[in-house]
Amino acid sequence: MLGLNKKDTSLLIVVAILTLLAPFILNPFPSDSAMAQFNAGYPDLMQRFVIFGIFAIGFNILFGLTGYLSFGHAAFLGVGSYSAVWMFKLLSYNVIPAIALSVVVAGLFSVLIGYISLRRSGIYFSILTLAFAQMSFALAYSVLSNPKFNLTNGETGLQVYADDPQILQGANAPDLPHLFGLPMRATYTMDVGAWSFDFNAGYYLCAVIMMVVFYLAIRIFRSPFGMMLRAVKSNQQRMNYTGLNSKPYTLAAFVISGMYAGLAGGLMAAMDPLAGAERMQWTASGEVVLMTILGGTGTLIGPVLGAGFIKYFENIFSKINDNVLHSWFAFLPDGLEDAVVFIIHPFIGKGWHLTLGILFMLVVIYLPGGLVEGGQRLLNWIRRKSVGGDDTREGKTEPAE
Amino acid sequence: MSNKSVTRRGVLKSGAVTSAGLALPTIFTASSAAAYTNEPTGGSVTLGFNVPQTGPYAEEGNDELLAQQLAVEHLNGEGDGGCLNTFTSKALKGNGILGKKVEFVTGDTQTKSDAARASAKSMIEKDGAIMINGGSSSGVAVAVQGLCQEAGVIFMAGLTHANDTTGKDKKANGFRHFFNAYMSGAALAPVLAKEMGTDRRAYHLTADYNWGWTQEESIVASTEAMGWETVNTVKTPLASTDFSSYIAPVLNSGADVLVLNHYGGNMVNSLTNAIQFGLLDKVVNGKDFKIVVPLYSELMAAGAGENIKGVLGSMNWNWQLQDEGTKAFVKSFGEKYGKPPSNSAQTCYAQVLLYADACERAGTFNPCGVVEALEGFEFDGLGNGPTLYRADDHQCFKDVLVVRGNMNPTNAYDTLEIVEITPRAQVEYAPDHPMFAGGELGKCNPGA
Repeated sequence: MLGLNKKDTSLLIVVAILTLLAPFILNPFPSDSAMAQFNAGYPDLMQRFVIFGIFAIGFNILFGLTGYLSFGHAAFLGVGSYSAVWMFKLLSYNVIPAIALSVVVAGLFSVLIGYISLRRSGIYFSILTLAFAQMSFALAYSVLSNPKFNLTNGETGLQVYADDPQILQGANAPDLPHLFGLPMRATYTMDVGAWSFDFNAGYYLCAVIMMVVFYLAIRIFRSPFGMMLRAVKSNQQRMNYTGLNSKPYTLAAFVISGMYAGLAGGLMAAMDPLAGAERMQWTASGEVVLMTILGGTGTLIGPVLGAGFIKYFENIFSKINDNVLHSWFAFLPDGLEDAVVFIIHPFIGKGWHLTLGILFMLVVIYLPGGLVEGGQRLLNWIRRKSVGGDDTREGKTEPAE
Repeated sequence: MSNKSVTRRGVLKSGAVTSAGLALPTIFTASSAAAYTNEPTGGSVTLGFNVPQTGPYAEEGNDELLAQQLAVEHLNGEGDGGCLNTFTSKALKGNGILGKKVEFVTGDTQTKSDAARASAKSMIEKDGAIMINGGSSSGVAVAVQGLCQEAGVIFMAGLTHANDTTGKDKKANGFRHFFNAYMSGAALAPVLAKEMGTDRRAYHLTADYNWGWTQEESIVASTEAMGWETVNTVKTPLASTDFSSYIAPVLNSGADVLVLNHYGGNMVNSLTNAIQFGLLDKVVNGKDFKIVVPLYSELMAAGAGENIKGVLGSMNWNWQLQDEGTKAFVKSFGEKYGKPPSNSAQTCYAQVLLYADACERAGTFNPCGVVEALEGFEFDGLGNGPTLYRADDHQCFKDVLVVRGNMNPTNAYDTLEIVEITPRAQVEYAPDHPMFAGGELGKCNPGA
């Protein structure tokens, strides 16, 4: 289907089902139960899952295929966000021009940075991209936000004000980002018994876009162009000796993944019309590297899983505080309850970084292929258990590569 | 010749599919029947406390969190009631808000606009928070204030000192209890004139971002109005940790006062560098060299240690004030946590009480009712004397403190001494003052 082989088609279908049914899958606990703390099916977090999924898919096209480790990808995310918010300020709150411009601007910006940075490879390339990203951050944070020429609004972040031109904004168009009148914030809440599920317009826009770009990524992975990129990764020197100029290929990969990042940035601004400079900071660039490695470098689905994993920790674990813990362990005798809370305390709330770090170490040490490798091992194990059965192979859950 | 035939069944089928497709978007717009965002329906109401728990202002954030927990206890009738006993409005009965028990959720702003908005959004969307309180940076305050306006909940700002929060970025759903840079300038200038004379030459080092600029602008304006000359204003990158290269030129500039428009760790480092260069021992233009830090906090004072001795600055509130509200709050905070509260903690505590009181007086949690109840509200008994929440820009007006690093501190907490309590009238300004111009309050948004 769509020019994909059977395995990839089923992977695409699985991803489509997972993203479309996410409101159900992420809200497995009744909303009044104590476990509701672990529900992730609220609009903002679901949007983040898919947006950072897009960001990580794009990053993986560069890092997973060519092996070039960019430490400055957040710059493109930030540039995308700023372009989108400027479109809101100048044209209208419709998200289409905003997202389109964010991809274009991020593409141009990545041509510039890629052309310079790709003159070197390895650690030098990483450092160059990091330097560019930190330069962009400093520019956005203070230099380009002085009162005379205010492009980024500095620390506060670029926002839409009531006195902005918005020349295409219709008289009764919603006063917040919308898709031809359908506000991104609009949410339909479905109550089924004790459960409640949120269907958010913005989330579904992001989900559809993610499926499109995921499909694109599969096509790139399977194309001759993708094969060239893999050749760059395995031995670029040998490739050069055979008379091939690898630079156009790496630059193309860099620009494509920059455009993915720009798209993610544009979507972030479309869901929440504010662009802050912190989006460009090196921590944000490092985050996408973590996502990709955690999920599985060079695999198709891995980066998306990694993005979901990290965002889940950031948003769910950081919100568990001591009060919540006490309510969980209230059934224990007083002294014991305090002891248990004391032990868990460093790992929750502001300690979520610690928990994530430990899990990251475990994954890297025991599952070098990331979460995808974990899934594969689990699958093989199940398969071995059911010996003697007929052909139990189910291609659809088998990750690519 | 085509074999396309129109059947009744086909028309019905395609018609049904089309209309279902057209109707699909409307399930999103037809939201629930609630009158406003997160209308509390059960026996409890949820407040969202969004403070930095990691990053440079984490300590301040945790202090705010303690104060907010204390406020919730007092609202629910636990503890000694704190400022409920001294507050001039007697609407609060210690039985929650409007008879509903107060619960709270917490989030980490990380002192980043993006993270702060994400955590505020999750409190609003997931936990059903009906107001967001706290924070420790102007950038974050402005970002979260915008979000709350869009989402239709009330925002109370916490520690934010830039003029913009209630200036060009003001929003109808947002209120600020803290003072601002203009007020710092207005309060400091007369004290500076008295202590240092009116013919000083000032050199500014300013953190290079929005708050730094508004503070520099305010201090330059108010000191020049009393006759000072501004020799130079130098912007320092926010990430700097060593200010030696910025301090050295001060000595050769002919300036005799150094103004540090820095906050937090920046200020601790720049002040330490200035002391190391021996600035305070110099005599320039026949006068003793002086240093001024316009915005002080207890945390910075503790960080700078010995170096702040004798250095002047301004503050929103201090636990050493002697009014009834302050005494009641310091007593219950001290008894519970074993230390005096910081001025950002007091701000967040007062804001929770004021929000609850506004709900009681309005008889509803509807943000528009709350805004109406808070606009133009005059009260006393929460510290700082008689206080006004101005309707035009939602800025709070109250007395401002001028403080000095204590020369002989007797314990770890009295690092600052109060030099003067500047009366409210002296720090007031017109809502359309040029430093606050631009931006509109807009209309209150109840969401839904």
